[in-house]
Amino acid sequence: MADYSTQELMIIAAAREIRDGEIVFVGMRLPITAYGVARMTHAPNAVGMFEGGVVRYAPAAETLYTMCDPANQRNAAWTTGLLQVMGHLQARKVDAGFIGGAEIDRFGNINTSYIGDPAEPKVKLPGSGGAADIAAMSKRLIAIMNHEKRRLVERVDYVTSPGFLEGGSSRADAGLPDGGPSAVITDKAILRPDAQGELLLSSVHPGHSAEEVRENTGWDLKFAPDMSETPAPSAEELAALHQIDRDGFWR
Amino acid sequence: MTDKTTTLSDAIASLVRDSDKVVLGAALETAIPFAATYELIRQGKRDLNMIAPISDASTDMLIGAGCVGAITGAWVGNVSGGLGHNYRRAAEKGIPNKIVINDYSNFSVGMALFAAAYGMPYAPVRSILGSGIAENPTFKKAQNPFAEKDEPVVLVPPLKPDVTILAVQRADRGGNCHFWGSNGLCQEAGLAAERVIIVANEIVDDSVIASDPSRILVPGFRVDAVCEVPAGTHPSPLTGRWLRDSAFFNDYHARSRDVDGFKAWLDEWVFDPGSPEAYTEKLGSRLDELRIKGEQLAAPANYAAE
Repeated sequence: MADYSTQELMIIAAAREIRDGEIVFVGMRLPITAYGVARMTHAPNAVGMFEGGVVRYAPAAETLYTMCDPANQRNAAWTTGLLQVMGHLQARKVDAGFIGGAEIDRFGNINTSYIGDPAEPKVKLPGSGGAADIAAMSKRLIAIMNHEKRRLVERVDYVTSPGFLEGGSSRADAGLPDGGPSAVITDKAILRPDAQGELLLSSVHPGHSAEEVRENTGWDLKFAPDMSETPAPSAEELAALHQIDRDGFWR
Repeated sequence: MTDKTTTLSDAIASLVRDSDKVVLGAALETAIPFAATYELIRQGKRDLNMIAPISDASTDMLIGAGCVGAITGAWVGNVSGGLGHNYRRAAEKGIPNKIVINDYSNFSVGMALFAAAYGMPYAPVRSILGSGIAENPTFKKAQNPFAEKDEPVVLVPPLKPDVTILAVQRADRGGNCHFWGSNGLCQEAGLAAERVIIVANEIVDDSVIASDPSRILVPGFRVDAVCEVPAGTHPSPLTGRWLRDSAFFNDYHARSRDVDGFKAWLDEWVFDPGSPEAYTEKLGSRLDELRIKGEQLAAPANYAAE
């Protein structure tokens, strides 16, 4: 039996997507923990941004309920406004951004707005927040999702946050800069895009099979030529995570 | 200095009209003047057009209470619970009334407020290209006239709130207010607005605000009313003053799942207390646990000129 949980593996896989010295748009919960692990292991000089107007070097030690909690303000690198922080996105200074979503499709487009027809929605989801801006303007996007057929779909009902749109040159044709999802980390696998922007199965988490991943994906998921098993967390990575997650929330 | 202090009830009655475009809190998950949310509901305001990046569950409450005709913003929900049940009922079933949804992203709603604050005819935005948000019928697509090859941009019209209601840590009687910590779009929303109401955690002597003019969020000459409501941001946090009452948001999320539950919640927390003072009294010792008691002071800044 592995000595780590699925969520811990996802956090560590997300942490590995952050490179040293990068400016990262961090989200709550799983991504903020991943940012903390990256800072403590291979990326001690990463900078974390929060759209409300907070920038941090070291993440807050306390459990945060929102990015604007007092504990995230104290000892911040910068507390300022939304435009000052999100302006870094449009100015192309942000290397990587994390977002989640209700639905993602074959070309990495993400929906957090409407399930069904937007004019007569079956489910009204909360909307973009800053997700559309982060997806459009980060140099790399890392999406975190649960791997379910109803979430990984052929085509999203509404593109809140653009990935590679219809694939091929369509992202560039829409006027978007280079970027788009570089990794979709699920509880079963990691998907990465090919040159056309189609998400392929890149690695399967230990304990899962490629067939199982395909069965839980809403499109005909192809295998990447170099498909592998997601490396298990190292002792160093797990030690860093345990130091952050003292209460064992993610275990 | 003109004394602009008043009760929150009087400020809302005299400065917020039905069908107004309203910003209520613009710092995302912090400094949301929920006391004003409750007062708008008690006074039965109707057809408000709520402009917001994220005001946690405040907008969901106003929708459920029938105060809202349109959403002009990026996100409506409940940060602790995710979905906003009242937003869902209104958008999916027209309960309690149909609402118009003008989709923005956080950055584009910010740029639209920025454009209004500084008199720009529109704001060119790139960060919603490729998103369904760019299809908002009030926006226009154009090409960057300075680029040598095609470079699409989305032109977003200025968003000018009739009223902006902001919460701050402290203000003087003239409405000059200090704010610290992340402020989201509070400054843009304050400067863009026709009228401004400040909900202050504390009213302080003029000399306190004057001692540090760089910390002013909105200057008093742009403020119409300032109201002292010590727990006016509950259940949202306020840097240096209040922690977030996450249990309150969770309870709201659970109880607003159906209409009857939401109405009972409204009676308990909005109509029965009837005033900010009675709401504070009802919270009782719960507030003591949320009050920040520690001190971590900033270094003084020297403004001497001699």
